[in-house]
Amino acid sequence: MLLRLLKPLTSLKLTVTLLALGIALVFFGTLAQTTDGLWVAQSRYFRSWFCTWSPHTPGWQGLILPLPGGYLLGVSLLVNLIAAHIARFKFTARKSGILLAHLGIILLLVGQLITDMLAVESQMRLTEGQAKNYSESTLYSELAILDVTDPKQHKVFTFPEARVAKKGDLQIPELPFTLRITDYWENSDIQPRGPRSGGTPQASQGIAERFTFTQEKPTRTMDARNVPTAFVEVVAQGASKGTWILSPFASDESILVSLSRSFANQMGPELGAKMFTSLSAPQRFEVGGRTFEVHLRAERFYQTHSLQLLKFTHEKYIGTETPKDFRSRLRLENPERHESRELDVYMNNPLRYAGLTYFQASFDRIDPRVTILQVVKNPGWLTPYFGCALVGVGLIIQFMIHLVGFIKKQR
Amino acid sequence: MKRWLPLFLAAVAAGWAFSAWRVPSGRTDRDAAIAEFGRLPIVFSGRVQPFDSLARNSLLQIRGKQSANYEPWKGVFEKPQTASATEWLLEVMCQPSLAHTRKVFRIDHPDLKGLFGLPADGDAARQDDGKHYSWSQLEPSLEAFKKTVSEVPENAANQTVFQKAVMRQHNAMTLFMRWQNILQPMDATNVVAEYAAYEAGLPAGVAAFQARMADQPFDTNALTATLTHAQRFMAMDGMETPLVIPPAGQGRAASSWQRMGSALLDPGLPSELLNHLTGRNPLPEARFADLIKSLGSVKMKAAVGQYARLVDAYRAGRFPEFRQAVEAYITALQPDHAAELAKVRTEQKFNHWAPFYKAILLYMTAFLLVGFFWVTLSETSRNIAWWLIFIGLLVHSLGLVTRMLIEGRPPVTNLYSSAVFIGWGAVVLGLVLERFWRNAIGLAVGSILGFVTLIIAHGLHGLSKDADTLPMMQAVLDTNLWLSTHVVIVTLGYASTYVAGFLAILYVLLGLVTKIITPEMARSLTRAVYGILCFATLFSFVGTVLGGIWADQSWGRFWGWDPKENGALIIVMWNALILHARWGGMVKERGVMILALVGNIVTSWSWFGTNMLGIGLHSYGAMDAAFFWLLAFIGSQVLLIGGGLLPQRLWRSWQGAAKSAAATR
Repeated sequence: MLLRLLKPLTSLKLTVTLLALGIALVFFGTLAQTTDGLWVAQSRYFRSWFCTWSPHTPGWQGLILPLPGGYLLGVSLLVNLIAAHIARFKFTARKSGILLAHLGIILLLVGQLITDMLAVESQMRLTEGQAKNYSESTLYSELAILDVTDPKQHKVFTFPEARVAKKGDLQIPELPFTLRITDYWENSDIQPRGPRSGGTPQASQGIAERFTFTQEKPTRTMDARNVPTAFVEVVAQGASKGTWILSPFASDESILVSLSRSFANQMGPELGAKMFTSLSAPQRFEVGGRTFEVHLRAERFYQTHSLQLLKFTHEKYIGTETPKDFRSRLRLENPERHESRELDVYMNNPLRYAGLTYFQASFDRIDPRVTILQVVKNPGWLTPYFGCALVGVGLIIQFMIHLVGFIKKQR
Repeated sequence: MKRWLPLFLAAVAAGWAFSAWRVPSGRTDRDAAIAEFGRLPIVFSGRVQPFDSLARNSLLQIRGKQSANYEPWKGVFEKPQTASATEWLLEVMCQPSLAHTRKVFRIDHPDLKGLFGLPADGDAARQDDGKHYSWSQLEPSLEAFKKTVSEVPENAANQTVFQKAVMRQHNAMTLFMRWQNILQPMDATNVVAEYAAYEAGLPAGVAAFQARMADQPFDTNALTATLTHAQRFMAMDGMETPLVIPPAGQGRAASSWQRMGSALLDPGLPSELLNHLTGRNPLPEARFADLIKSLGSVKMKAAVGQYARLVDAYRAGRFPEFRQAVEAYITALQPDHAAELAKVRTEQKFNHWAPFYKAILLYMTAFLLVGFFWVTLSETSRNIAWWLIFIGLLVHSLGLVTRMLIEGRPPVTNLYSSAVFIGWGAVVLGLVLERFWRNAIGLAVGSILGFVTLIIAHGLHGLSKDADTLPMMQAVLDTNLWLSTHVVIVTLGYASTYVAGFLAILYVLLGLVTKIITPEMARSLTRAVYGILCFATLFSFVGTVLGGIWADQSWGRFWGWDPKENGALIIVMWNALILHARWGGMVKERGVMILALVGNIVTSWSWFGTNMLGIGLHSYGAMDAAFFWLLAFIGSQVLLIGGGLLPQRLWRSWQGAAKSAAATR
């Protein structure tokens, strides 16, 4: 009975259909990358259940091609494969290769699903001498409230960007105040605000005096990121302590670095440095004898170990702009394990440590002392290695059986 | 006779193919000296290479050929005056005024000719072929041309065909300008005297400069004289010419080579200092003070004077002296740079040998012989074809190995070498197939694929950056482990998918228009296609996944949906689709063949189409010329698929044997 129900799911016709649809999906998903950008195309076509493709050629835009998405095809192939093995396949030596290869495919598909659900990518930007025990998201921000009453030990409370986007009041029992989010923009821009500019500042406290923020259309491309802005009011015991503007423009290291450069270019080094100081100064307030700091900054992932950049090398081939080698000399410290050692991370030689992998990803175009490491947490990272080996061995066994048989017949 | 003819012809072909390994020493002193000069080592595109390679690759960008024809208006039989690439480059470097009159700039776009006010049509009486023009002809319109260049959008995707032609011409003319400054300032009249005067005045000039910096009285004349020279050398240096002056001492890396300009400046006012003074690259104060103190402590490198003598001798036409100067220079290099000299010598020999060009001719001849075999069924012509392909494969293989030795890399490092390697793999497979079936089908597929891919490689040579097919690998690709596994295996996947696809082409073409495809032959063809597709699936799958693992090692992402990755994935899925369709009985003989034809399209898309999208890590730029050919090839495959779907009573091969054909289906 079960077998009869499974029957349509086991057919090779279904396999062939799914493969054909897969080819179409990958092809149109690739084409879409040229118009929609890598990131959008990926989530629309490959990380979805259904999608549609339309040409961008003038006169043809009306054409809509519906396609099954990557998830749907992946899961269907998986079901088809497993069902076929349960219902039809009998294990014989002659079929051992096929079985191995299919096992490998299953492993690859499942592994990619795990990766898709569980992998987290972040970045770590380090200047020579600097040490960090956290990496930062390149996509999402978080609202952080720091209790800095004790200068030696800060207490940190964070809220994810998704929560900030919902606006409203943020409350935690440990905090003697309520943070009211009055507005939130997914993407924004910043302009300096001169002392003689008309109008009132956008908020009563902090950076609002010197800077104006404007709302921008959210971007979906891979190489540009959204910089959100939030407007908050601190309310303690029913009374307002004032309003603040929070944004990575004032809290994110790499954004601040590039802003300081453009300030210096536009206003000259002196005024530029002044503007920079007023932007980067922490926004603080006091409630009940405790001092707090608020930030809207890139979401952070803290670790128990830290990395310090000792030296960054970036070589080019002489007389060309072709990068030859870039590598970071790092010191890894893990007080929990009493570990402290030096190591190199360079192209094709990542550091795998504590379930994380650190890759040499990039560098600062202007400051030669800065390295940017890609930090990946991917519990499924080994599956492709085994999957590939299984399929490779399986196919070789299977085709060798064919080939030997064929050559014997020829003789 | 019939037995010996193939062997005899094979010996002749081998003699011809391998004889060019020696660079001819030339009939005259002049030719010999020029060939000798061609092996001098320089650093360009980040690697040590001979002048010969620079000269060939430059001419390739300027006129699309590796040699120069100074009288292009003459027919081949009128014996036009030609020059080797090295000879042309020597003239550019040593006698620029003469080089300005050579018609070496190839211009095809009519609007570009119009822009320069050039005659559009050839006229032998006017010494004009309507395609090649000299610098002197272009120079009057330089301002108008510069203005046009400044209007071209930076992103190649937004450029019109005309604008692309403008940018190519701009590149060619810039090269020509820059190369005049490799060994001397381009307007130098007597370089030996100039360099000597500069060197003689240096002690006084440097002392004057130091005094001035310390706010003490100084010799104005001495300082002015040195600065005047220095400005000329700085301008030379700013042309970003190849680095010709080797470092002193053994085992020094390519990174310590110098341009002629910097080598001249170092003993006096080094470019680091001049860049500081002109505000181009300000130095920290301490470094600046150190520099001032140490001025004049560096000695002029011997190579500067040696090159000056050599330039002067060539300019004045004193060729025995020129040759002596070249040989003296090589002897002087020998103790410290023996390894580089040997490597560069091999590259010059390789350039001259041109193994892939020889293989093209051998494969083409073999293919014609296969056609002759099918018409006449003459076993001799099949044998000769077999031998020619075999010799072609030998040359092809040795060429590949030589490239690998020069580059110190696995066979495939860029699009150019992928074409060479796909051809190689296809020819090997073709010969293996022929061993099994002896019906010339394997020979046909091997020779045609070898021929076509090498032609493609030839076309890609000029499109490569700096027209250099042996460039250095950028950091992420700098790993022989992955280049030799992922890239080689994926390329073998391409090669085998093409072999299957080309067998299908033969099946449809020969089946439709000839009576060659017997039912038995059709069966063996199907078996061959099936078997090859099995291995194509294996190679493309393993190669693709290895690429993913490489990506995981490089930046922690096994699969990034990069267009090239997606292209490879499509090949894997397509091959898997064919196999499953056959196992499920959905397709039989003809069906497999038609699906294999689609495989040709799929593979071409992955190999070239994805690069033309201009996005992702694997996009190598400048592929417009190839776009037309890609479309043409895809069009031809669509036609063949259409032909393959015609009812079988229209196939000539099946008309005679309709009944037995029906039985096999």
